[in-house]
Amino acid sequence: MNILKENFRTTMLRFGLVGSIVALYLAAVGMIETFAPRMLIGTSITLGHVFLLLAAVGSGFFSARELKEHSLGITATAGFISGAVSSLFLVILTFVIQFFVIQADQGSIFKLREMFVNFSPTLLEFLTFGKGLILGNILLIGLFGIMGVLGASFSFLPKRIRKGWINGLAWVFGIGLFSENVGQIFREFNGTSLNKLLFTGKSLNPIAALLIFAIVFAAGYYGVKTATNNKWKTFSPDQQKQGRLIFTVLGILFLVALPWMVGLFLSQALFIIGMYVMMGLGLNIVVGYAGLLDLGYVAFFAFGAYTMGILTSTGELGRVGFSFWAALPFAVLAGVLWGLLLGFPVLRMRGDYLAIVTLGFGEIIRIMALSNWLAPLGGGAQGILHIPQPELFGLVLDSPQLMYYLVVLGALLAAFVTIRLRDSRLGRQWMAMREDEDVAEAMGINLVQTKLLAFSMGAAFSSLAGAIFAARIGNIFPHSFNILISMNAISLIIVGGLGSIPGVIVGAIILIGLPEMLREFAEYRLLMYGFLLIIMMIAKPEGFWPEKRRRQELKDERDRQLASQTAELEN
Amino acid sequence: MGAILSTHKVTKRFGGLVAVNSFEIDVQEQSISSVIGPNGAGKTTFFNCITGFYTPTEGEIIFDGHYIQGLSTDRVTQKGISRTYQNIRLFSKMTAIENILVGQHPHLKTLWFEALYKSRRFLKEEAEALEESIRLLNFVGLSGMGDHVAHNLPYGAQRRLEIARALASKPKLLLLDEPTAGMNPNESVELMHFIRRLRDELGITILLIEHDMKVVMGISEEIWVMDFGGKIAEGTPLQIQRNPRVIEAYLGRGAASGLNLTEEGEEA
Repeated sequence: MNILKENFRTTMLRFGLVGSIVALYLAAVGMIETFAPRMLIGTSITLGHVFLLLAAVGSGFFSARELKEHSLGITATAGFISGAVSSLFLVILTFVIQFFVIQADQGSIFKLREMFVNFSPTLLEFLTFGKGLILGNILLIGLFGIMGVLGASFSFLPKRIRKGWINGLAWVFGIGLFSENVGQIFREFNGTSLNKLLFTGKSLNPIAALLIFAIVFAAGYYGVKTATNNKWKTFSPDQQKQGRLIFTVLGILFLVALPWMVGLFLSQALFIIGMYVMMGLGLNIVVGYAGLLDLGYVAFFAFGAYTMGILTSTGELGRVGFSFWAALPFAVLAGVLWGLLLGFPVLRMRGDYLAIVTLGFGEIIRIMALSNWLAPLGGGAQGILHIPQPELFGLVLDSPQLMYYLVVLGALLAAFVTIRLRDSRLGRQWMAMREDEDVAEAMGINLVQTKLLAFSMGAAFSSLAGAIFAARIGNIFPHSFNILISMNAISLIIVGGLGSIPGVIVGAIILIGLPEMLREFAEYRLLMYGFLLIIMMIAKPEGFWPEKRRRQELKDERDRQLASQTAELEN
Repeated sequence: MGAILSTHKVTKRFGGLVAVNSFEIDVQEQSISSVIGPNGAGKTTFFNCITGFYTPTEGEIIFDGHYIQGLSTDRVTQKGISRTYQNIRLFSKMTAIENILVGQHPHLKTLWFEALYKSRRFLKEEAEALEESIRLLNFVGLSGMGDHVAHNLPYGAQRRLEIARALASKPKLLLLDEPTAGMNPNESVELMHFIRRLRDELGITILLIEHDMKVVMGISEEIWVMDFGGKIAEGTPLQIQRNPRVIEAYLGRGAASGLNLTEEGEEA
């Protein structure tokens, strides 16, 4: 019993303190305060609260998971205590702000806020719920404790309830977060009554939030998803074929209608997502299939954009004056040629070496575009201006909605090519090369040819995206092609799941779409990237939507583990 | 029947180290023969010279009437030599069937872009390749395991799959680098029968590197013994077993002089 107590105490303390550090960190970098104005439900629950309480939920969850074998009472208590403990540093922080910032001696040499700019009176107000130091802190500790129990509930609830519980919370959070955007979509459908029902001002109405939660919870509890899947399996193959056809048609209609449903601003976000999907699919061939870690992917993007700019610009640098459509093949070709050019010298390099060299090549392109030497061609730092928008049968594609169709077509083309090649001999060559280069060569595979095909295929889609990008924004500058684009592209295919096509789309929505929609995040974008990548590597290294083969592999592994466990039990 | 593979004074040096020293063998067509020798004698380096992974510093390798020394690995494979590895080197994240499909690479003729519009030739070739892969999978006794990811297969099955992959390129000569490594005696005997079947049913010439003397002596028609990169003996299993230099290489000088050679001829 003593051992249990000991274990119990250290677990709660450990996770509580870790949570406390996380909470303090989030407060110190200013995330809590920045997100406080974004309301989720009513006017009282904001995104700031979610970030504030994240640490409590986390520590509650982890300590409950550690003590899983114990009774519900013990795990819930553990959740409460570790949640409450995780408020420790924030409580101290409130006193620090009170005495060293607000009541600070004006003449004092020690000025805390010069170092920690985010320790502001507003933060204090937010942390104590405007109820003063004592009452506010009691509230804070209590709330953290309750959130700890919430976190613990993710671990101790029976599976059937847990699913609905988590999904319900996630849905409410999602709809609350994107209230404005969802509202916008309803408005396009003339659904003002629905809007009034769901939203008050810029956030979800509390009753609507409960309603959404109840619906999602019930759907999870009664296993709607499994039931639908089972029903689907009872259909004959012919019916399934028809069903799939219907879904495809609906999917296409949805893609066509999407930009008009979401309005101008989100269409621009969709355009950028589509562009990154196109690039991600191309990079997926190079990294996901062929296993060649290319960190200079932006080079191809820049090549496409600059070729498009030089060939079509109506400004002083444009001497050719091609139309968008005439320039497009040249832009793609330029990217492919650069892909081959890059491919040759790095053929003998593997892994990390290749990554470093490609990283360098990516930077070289940007610096060359900046240089005086190439200024007569690409305008140097002034860039290329007046790139005309594409025109189709007299219709100028001048809005994000119309350009969206262009990138969707490009992305579909990329997906089509990727799927067809993946299931062919070339796809197998790529994968074999990724697994073991020497053995692949010993199977009669010509490595030079296979690598160059991968590089140029990836380059083609990146330069296509670049060309469309140039035509969309009209002016291009060297600084638009910095290393961040390469990092975005590589991160999104890792987050989505290496080698997986739906994964690229999921990754692009998460890493590109979300920051576009949540402008408050802009400042923390890279922090979030790093955080997300670390979490992914630990918790879900196969990505959000793993490739089919990878899923099979994981399933095999689970089966094997299960088999060995049952064998052990039988012994 | 003549020699399908002849090496002539093949030497491989790494800096000052002579890994293979003027090694000469003549592998008869449709024979099963072995290269043996103590650890570090240079056997695998010699294999790597044959398959083109290393270019020999000196000497010639003649396969099926062509000089092949200095050709790249993929070209050597296309000429009809295929191999397995000492430590299994499957494409571990690909399925068993895919592994064999990759092995068939030298015989697939469609161009890469035909896959985009699924030309009739492409479809026919893919279907045939799949059928052939399933046939090979069954041949090595792995029926029904085609969709398993290679590294999740049991050890013995991985060995068999590696052989199936090597067979997929329809080789004339198959090089097996310690095929029984890590197997128990029963499995080794089973594999021995399987190797004989390869020769008898498919007419493939087989060259082994092997440490298990029971397998070597039981299966080989001719044996070359390697020590410090050089050839110290060659002949039939019986001749090799009685050769004092071989015994010395394996057991040391003292042991060799102390042994009564007439009693040494162990039944294999």
